[in-house]
Amino acid sequence: MITSIAWKNIWRNRVRSGVIIAAITIGMFAGVFTSTFYKGWINQRLEAGVETEVSHIQVHHPDFSENFELKKFIPESAKMADEIAKMDFVNGVSPRMVVQAMIASSETGTGVKILGVDPEKEKTVTNLFTKVPEGRYFEGVKRNPILIGKKLAEKLKVKLHSKLVITLQDIKGHLTSEAFRVCGIYNVGNGMFEEMNVFVVKSDLARFVQLDEGISHEIVVHLKDHDQLAQNTKNIAGKYKESLVQSWKQMTPELGLLNEYGNIYIYFFIIIILLSLGFGIVNTMLMAVMERVKEIGMLMAIGMSKFRVFWMLMLETVLLTLTGGFLGILLGVAVTLATMKSGIDLSFYAKGLEDMGYSSLVFPVVESGMIVIIGIMVLITGIVAAIYPARKALKYKPAEAIRIDM
Amino acid sequence: MNVIEVNALEKIYNDSEVKVFALNGVDMTIEEGEFTAIVGPSGSGKTTFLNMLGGLDQPTSGQISIGGTDISKLSSSQLIDFRLRNIGFVFQAYNLIPVLTAKENVEFIMHLQNRPKEERENRTMSLLKAVGLEGRENSRPNKLSGGQQQRVAVARALASKPKFVLADEPTANLDSKSTENLLEIMEELNIKENITFVFSTHDQRVVNKARRVITLEDGKIISDVRKDILPQ
Repeated sequence: MITSIAWKNIWRNRVRSGVIIAAITIGMFAGVFTSTFYKGWINQRLEAGVETEVSHIQVHHPDFSENFELKKFIPESAKMADEIAKMDFVNGVSPRMVVQAMIASSETGTGVKILGVDPEKEKTVTNLFTKVPEGRYFEGVKRNPILIGKKLAEKLKVKLHSKLVITLQDIKGHLTSEAFRVCGIYNVGNGMFEEMNVFVVKSDLARFVQLDEGISHEIVVHLKDHDQLAQNTKNIAGKYKESLVQSWKQMTPELGLLNEYGNIYIYFFIIIILLSLGFGIVNTMLMAVMERVKEIGMLMAIGMSKFRVFWMLMLETVLLTLTGGFLGILLGVAVTLATMKSGIDLSFYAKGLEDMGYSSLVFPVVESGMIVIIGIMVLITGIVAAIYPARKALKYKPAEAIRIDM
Repeated sequence: MNVIEVNALEKIYNDSEVKVFALNGVDMTIEEGEFTAIVGPSGSGKTTFLNMLGGLDQPTSGQISIGGTDISKLSSSQLIDFRLRNIGFVFQAYNLIPVLTAKENVEFIMHLQNRPKEERENRTMSLLKAVGLEGRENSRPNKLSGGQQQRVAVARALASKPKFVLADEPTANLDSKSTENLLEIMEELNIKENITFVFSTHDQRVVNKARRVITLEDGKIISDVRKDILPQ
């Protein structure tokens, strides 16, 4: 019965309760939708970063990353790649040859990283082959095909089948040039990556730099179970102590940070919203209590215990908060579900976003765990906001309260 | 059998500075089945006395015994529970719970007493019938007249099966007809059910109905008149 009274009490002043419920609804909608949007954004960035750009684990010569020297290749890299490929937790392995070079079109030139890959093996470690909207993945060009990013194509002002000249120092230190033809232009939504990385067939690059085709500077590993990343990285590192074995979290700390702290940012944002709503709830409930001093006095006079009065007012506040919270969460989830397939187009800001590696088409994501935690946070807000008004109500003496003229 | 026993009751305000004796050595007893009015001018100590009898305030000294329990020694939470089980209240401004229907208002106090649902419902219906509100069970207070609301308040006061009903100016907000009607209902309950009523009132019509009239002045009982005439 006390729950029923508490619920009915909320609707005594429909306008006042309606306003605070609407405020909570809008606040929670904003919180939930921003969270699902941000989560989708993070997930897309992580997926792009991990599945397209870096993959799960990379092995290098310990000194390779200092200045990308051609001679700092992995000793016995072909054997190592074969051994890693046979490990039961490994999904795919792609040995790469990596060279820093200058690339030039008929218009202009720029510095890039050339990645010599086995196109088929590369398919087992990244999904780059699915991100080639123009041209085909190492097909359609007979000699020296090159796959370049959309951003680089724009910078060099080249199109599909355009000729590009790569100039580099071979293993003997001689400056040498060779022509390549654009077989495909990939688009991963990360301007920096697109501008800096070009892909050629490993045998073409090996011939170009005068290295044996079996030599690799980078072995890229894709795992069967990403959740075992730390353990599997440790396993490979344990076996190849002379090489540098790093997970994607170690290689791209900004992505690791995004992964580790993304949820914390979301919850921090929700806490700020709930904190401001909490003050509104306290104010509303204080008004409700002050208006009902006489009634609260009467309830205590006829024998309603302080605990029951406290409980009734707590319930009132919590139900008020939960009503707005539930509606807001429901609305946030509904809008997320409505937009999660088509995505939200931020093309107006596309340039800036893609330069930072973020896609301009964001697909919000609903995570049930996150929604449950937000629901619990709303409940806690209701409970905390209820304490002060409820305690205030208990300070009145029934004999005085029932004689107050309201 | 005495329902209320008051001995040397004192209530002093401003205890540390200028002492104001709201009640100054009040002694009296009220027996089961009495229909008593407490009267007196403003400032006579009537309200303070009523608060003491209702366990809403603690005396400075003296004793108040209700049904054999000295309530002046009870803690605040014990007093709440004591009021719930022993005293029925009727207030001047009705003080019903506005969000509940007449039936729910009466039932509420039995809910606080944790009585079984069936008992609550049966007693509620019989009390509402006794106060002439059959058919208005599902009306909220704002749909009832002042007289009807006060009758719900009487039914609520009786719902807990109290040792006595304390009515503070119960007719102050009522018109003549409603006052007459309410007094008749309470008198009937008093006679037929032997329910003890104690009124605080300024209303001469209540005084006329009362079979005992206690007059307070300056915190003392200056007269205690028993009419001992039961209505025909």
